[in-house]
Amino acid sequence: MKVVHYLNQFFGQIGAEDKAGIEPVVKTGPVGPGVLFQELLGSEAEITATIVCGDNYFAEHIDKATEKILAMITDYHPDLVLAGPAFNAGRYGIACGAICAAVVSRLGVPAITGMFAENPGVESFRKTVYIVATRGTTAGMRDGALKMARLALKLAKGQPIGPPGEEGYLPRGLRKNYFAPETGASRAVTMLLKKLKGEPFLTEYPMPVFDRVVPLPPVERMSEVTLALITSGGIVPKGNPDRVEASSATKYGKYDISALQRLTAESHETAHGGYDPTYANEDPNRVLPLDVARDLEREGIIGRLYPYYYATVGNGTSVARAGQFAREIATELIADGVRAVIITST
Amino acid sequence: MVLELCSVSVEDISWGRKTILDGTALLVHREGLLAAAKGNDHRITSVKAFIARPGESVRILPVKDVIEPRVKVEGKGGMFPGLISGVETVGTGRTHALRGCAVVTAGQVVGVQEGLIDMSGPGAHYSPFSRTLNIVLAVNVKYGTSPHEHEEALRLAGLRAAVYLGEAGRNAKPVDVERFEVRSPFTPKRGNADLPGIVYVYMLLSQGLLHDTYLYGQNATSLLPTLIMGTEIMDGAIVSGNCVSACDKNTTYHHQNNPVVRELFKRDGIDLRFLGTVVGNCNVTLPAKLRAAQYGVKLVEFLCADGAVITKEGFGNPDADAMMYCAGLEQMGIRTVMITDEFAGVDGASQSLADTTPRADAVVSTGNANERILLPPMEKVIGDMRVIERMAGGQSGSISQEGITVELQAILGATNELGFEFLSAREE
Repeated sequence: MKVVHYLNQFFGQIGAEDKAGIEPVVKTGPVGPGVLFQELLGSEAEITATIVCGDNYFAEHIDKATEKILAMITDYHPDLVLAGPAFNAGRYGIACGAICAAVVSRLGVPAITGMFAENPGVESFRKTVYIVATRGTTAGMRDGALKMARLALKLAKGQPIGPPGEEGYLPRGLRKNYFAPETGASRAVTMLLKKLKGEPFLTEYPMPVFDRVVPLPPVERMSEVTLALITSGGIVPKGNPDRVEASSATKYGKYDISALQRLTAESHETAHGGYDPTYANEDPNRVLPLDVARDLEREGIIGRLYPYYYATVGNGTSVARAGQFAREIATELIADGVRAVIITST
Repeated sequence: MVLELCSVSVEDISWGRKTILDGTALLVHREGLLAAAKGNDHRITSVKAFIARPGESVRILPVKDVIEPRVKVEGKGGMFPGLISGVETVGTGRTHALRGCAVVTAGQVVGVQEGLIDMSGPGAHYSPFSRTLNIVLAVNVKYGTSPHEHEEALRLAGLRAAVYLGEAGRNAKPVDVERFEVRSPFTPKRGNADLPGIVYVYMLLSQGLLHDTYLYGQNATSLLPTLIMGTEIMDGAIVSGNCVSACDKNTTYHHQNNPVVRELFKRDGIDLRFLGTVVGNCNVTLPAKLRAAQYGVKLVEFLCADGAVITKEGFGNPDADAMMYCAGLEQMGIRTVMITDEFAGVDGASQSLADTTPRADAVVSTGNANERILLPPMEKVIGDMRVIERMAGGQSGSISQEGITVELQAILGATNELGFEFLSAREE
């Protein structure tokens, strides 16, 4: 298999900090640490080219540099791309991560890099790229390269990749299922006894840190404000035209209510699979309060009701996906001058 | 209080002229079973029965509940007190369980929250009911029956069928006897007072509106947390009435075979003292959650617990109850471990729970329910294949030439939060 290796100006043997501004160049065959990688990869893989770019040049022209380097890589039709290792060098780490991410997503070719856990490139790219854990300095070159080469060959051959501790890469923050040797109940009792004895134990799910949203100050002059309705309770036009899922929704709907005074059992229903739908289907206003919102509009308590509402299903829908829906919906609402929203859940 | 739960082995199942256990072969008289399942319930218009064996190319959906057939052979009370038998206290004497088989209620669906069981293929790795010999009941009810009446009709039909089949094991010779003994938490057995005292906090999903669990026939929705003996749990005092996502629904079978209770009994007097079980509900309003958690924590403290295992049913809303129990107990100096599944998104990149507390530092994960699986077509479908697109865990376009693509969420018991399974999730 053919391999292309990416290095910065220092490891690419062009020069130190004074050469950090150089544009990407291609050299044939392995260079610097590439010689070690070639030795470790053995006869199965050949480093056909090395691309070298200055750290400053990359940092100052991320998009342009990525495009250029991607084009250079494409010319060699590699089966595998290696970058670094970057150890604890921040700019170099970002460059290695960005190039690997682009190679994986745009060329569909496996790519791997190596960094020290605290390199800023780790946080930015660990979810999209395998980053092998290295020491902070070049003293960790041989060990890092060994782990990178081993994992790279596995990836290139399409072999299954084990957990981070086994394979040596930094956790990517992705939750993956596996079958444990003991049942959950048995693991729970064992973990509790260890905890009680003060022995070390490993929680299977470290608690996430949640976003906390600071509420905005109350809306002044509600009577002049356009109000919108949003629900995660799954109220959709009868027949669920957008096929919003009963659980783990991948989409939301935007529905016209400009001509409606209230929802009815004939016009709307819930698509939600996590609660008893009987009462929502009987009177959908119970979940999406269009009836009372119209009252408020008539009474002049709010300026105007936004002519559309948005609906999704909150049941088992991942927080990341919900965040994405929220950003898209908020952008539209702000563009349309909506100043207040009532969100109903179930 | 001593319960001897005896395993009567069932290794084959077929239709016969009467319902008897012939060695390890269960012969079932179909008409007798159907009549027992229907009982005097005028809401039920028809019942059909099927047999599904492990390894067969069979898919069952939508499934509502699973029940282990059992019979009380000695001691007080009967099966499923308060629903089928009287309300006499259970959990003493001898009970015969027909191990290896189960009653599965399926067919016409109540909500869209039921699940599927594959008897072979990749999906069979995820459900314990892919490994049991299943008597599947497809129950139809009168047109116009309300969802709540419908749920009750199906629930009771399944329990009656399990009692009918259980009777066949009355005179059988058990292959294994599990002896569960409850001792008063206040008089520790001599010599083991140094062992840590453990209480089990058993949250029953009970929010009303088809999310109900029954304790001696009483809906736990209106329950304040209370004490229950482990032997009562293992003797059928708790019955599922839940229409929730399949992966982490605690079916009646799971309650009858609660793995945490079993584990704590097994290690009682060896490396821990099993002090008791606090059952609580999970309601939907904040005051109800706070009331239940505080009341429950107080009971655990009263039992002089050093530690507690907390289990859940369902996800999202019940995450909040679990965190309240956890934080409340840890605040009292009672160490906890919580069992939960995860909803980390299809790619596993999202945070997994809807609520959190920094005090939950010891968590057992029973897997990411959002992870997808392709289930190849089966030769026979018991139930209705089309509901998969509306089922929690399925989606529009779930069905293709290669089979159906679903989240594990759709597979019954896949990420059970009593810790019944081996599945877990880790960060990669």
